[in-house]
Amino acid sequence: MDFTIDHIYAKSKDDKEILKDFSLHILPGEIHVIMGPNGTGKSTLSKVIMGSKDYVVTKGDMFIDHESILSLNTTERSRKKIFLAMQSPISIEGVTNSEFLRTALSSQLEKNVGIYEFMKEMEKSMNDLNMNSNMMHRSINQGFSGGERKKNEILQMKILKPKFLILDELDSGLDVDSLKIVCDNINQYISENPDTSILIITHYTRILDYIKPKYVHIMIDGKIMKTGAFSLAKEIEEKGFSCVNEVSEASTHE
Amino acid sequence: MISLEIVGLDAEKIKEISKIKQEDDWVLDYRLKSYDLFLKLGYPNFGPSINIDFDKVIYYKSREEDSIKNNWNDINCSIRNELDSVGVLESEKHLDGMGVQYESEVIYHNMLEELTKKNVIFTSIEEGLKKYPDIARKYFGKIVSNSDNKFSALNSSVFSGGSFIYIPPHTKLDRPLQSYFRINSRSMGQFERTLIIVDDDSELYYIEGCTAPNYSESSLHAAVVEIYVGKRSKCRYSTIQNWATNVDNLVTKRALVDEDGKMEWIDGNIGSNITMKYPACILKGDRSEGTCITISVAANKQEQDTGSRMIHLGKNTKSTIISKSIARGGGNATYRGKVDIKESAIHSSAMVKCDTLILDSVSKSDTIPINICGNDSSNIEHEATVSKISDEKLFYLMSRGLDSEKATELIILGFIEKFREELPMEYAVELNQLLKKNL
Ligand SMILES: Nc1ncnc2c1ncn2[C@@H]1O[C@H](COP(=O)(O)OP(=O)(O)O)[C@@H](O)[C@H]1O
Ligand SMILES: [Mg+2]
Repeated sequence: MDFTIDHIYAKSKDDKEILKDFSLHILPGEIHVIMGPNGTGKSTLSKVIMGSKDYVVTKGDMFIDHESILSLNTTERSRKKIFLAMQSPISIEGVTNSEFLRTALSSQLEKNVGIYEFMKEMEKSMNDLNMNSNMMHRSINQGFSGGERKKNEILQMKILKPKFLILDELDSGLDVDSLKIVCDNINQYISENPDTSILIITHYTRILDYIKPKYVHIMIDGKIMKTGAFSLAKEIEEKGFSCVNEVSEASTHE
Repeated sequence: MISLEIVGLDAEKIKEISKIKQEDDWVLDYRLKSYDLFLKLGYPNFGPSINIDFDKVIYYKSREEDSIKNNWNDINCSIRNELDSVGVLESEKHLDGMGVQYESEVIYHNMLEELTKKNVIFTSIEEGLKKYPDIARKYFGKIVSNSDNKFSALNSSVFSGGSFIYIPPHTKLDRPLQSYFRINSRSMGQFERTLIIVDDDSELYYIEGCTAPNYSESSLHAAVVEIYVGKRSKCRYSTIQNWATNVDNLVTKRALVDEDGKMEWIDGNIGSNITMKYPACILKGDRSEGTCITISVAANKQEQDTGSRMIHLGKNTKSTIISKSIARGGGNATYRGKVDIKESAIHSSAMVKCDTLILDSVSKSDTIPINICGNDSSNIEHEATVSKISDEKLFYLMSRGLDSEKATELIILGFIEKFREELPMEYAVELNQLLKKNL
């Protein structure tokens, strides 16, 4: 899927400007990474893409396959096959994972998905992710560890089959083994669906050992300050974000 | 039986009701004494403001052919169709026995034959008082006194219909018994009276269902339910009341629990205008246990004033109250409960958990708990939460493709899951449908 953000400005409801002239273009099948210090607006960006009502876009536009999605609500964007694996997935009491996910899949496909075929797919996907299968009958994320919540996000991805995938701090909460399993699943998904565009948001490079990006963007204070190849990530890891700041005012990107 | 309608109330009219029912003197006596109490007692000094014109209420209504039948084919065709349309006939398949009350009289009663062989009694209260006076006089009016409150006094003076159940010692029923209550007339008052005795070492699951179509004039439902749970016995009583929104629902429900007995109230309040209902357990026997799980949905100016009362008398007694309230559209859902661990009830424990979900800014909710712990070896745990449907939860569900209505519905159903999981499958499904209609 082709995804474009064109000079977006966004603020929170209490009028704090968080995204400031943010632009990005991802071609079908490309993997991009956004790195940046805490509080720079990375999660905000992901939620603005998903149409969260916590933020107001004051300027700019956003497109998938050259069609503006700015007027679409969260549900509609999801049905356009955008998927956000959230940084801190919330828990919802009393709604089982399987009930939720089957409802979600049914509404995305606009037809009722049969219990039997659904359960079979759930079981297989959970097995792929090395998740305990009783988790499908538990309330969404309730009592799940940080890592289990992240796996649960990827489980949802596997079932809902997005064309544009945003991973917000996927590695936080996941131990080394789990991170590898989760990334293997994502890589498997990419190889089966090579047109999937991916935006990885992270402030560590750990995840990039498993999923190789084409571009690395450095985001500081609501805006991309520098764009480079994979090597830029390694540079950041060694020198920190401050080095970008020094040169950034002068640097431009496409 | 003759057909007639009794409007307004005085001693003569009470005698008339008693005469129609060909009651024994002790019952008439009890009615008249209760009527005096009704006149003396004021409205409850707490909760919603009640305004009932007692002169306009129909206290009794029946038709000639309304004698108790045990075969649907013998029942008036239009009534049968009406009951069928609300699923009553269908539900019988899942039960060991069923009773149906239409207005003031029980019109249908049927029970599996093998239960009769086991000496299980499941009949109308009138027949119970007549045929089993020994049991009746021992328990009737002893668990809920006619002086308890204005509406228990009213019920005790004009009661008509309701169930009389006796489960002999060492008897377990495989499936529930159910009674279904329907009000179909304007201004009709329904005053059913239920007495359940689960003798020692036995088990009963009883389900009560009730509905009324909507009329412009209001109706009154003032029931009394008395339950005795014997030694080592277990009783579970579940209700989902879906009265029309102009029925005032003022009900007194109480169980007396003997040694090692267990009582469970599962109480859902979705319909009615004003509801005041606080199912109670008197934990008299040592090691007895009481549980009350309620949900209340107050929509469109409804007032649900509900909760539970747990009175601990015996040693090592235990109680649990779980209350889930939902308020929307200007409704008021109030939890009003009481846990009273008496001095004698050493080593007892109580847990109260009330959660409220408020769906908009015009609706209200209140939590009014009274917790009294009368000795230092016992403890009461209390937890209360009030929440809105959080934008964060909606965002999460919608980001997976659910529209906002479906997402809201899932969150609400999730909120009351604790209640739903206590219901048999068919009722859980029915509850979902009711909630969808009401939310
Ligand atoms: N809904 C909101 N209301 C007000 N401030 C917000 C809101 N969301 C984020 N912020 C603020 O915006 C900044 C960026 O936050 P965030 O996007 O979470 O950063 P990052 O993910 O890069 O660490 C932070 O200072 C944060 O406190
Ligand atoms: Mg973040």
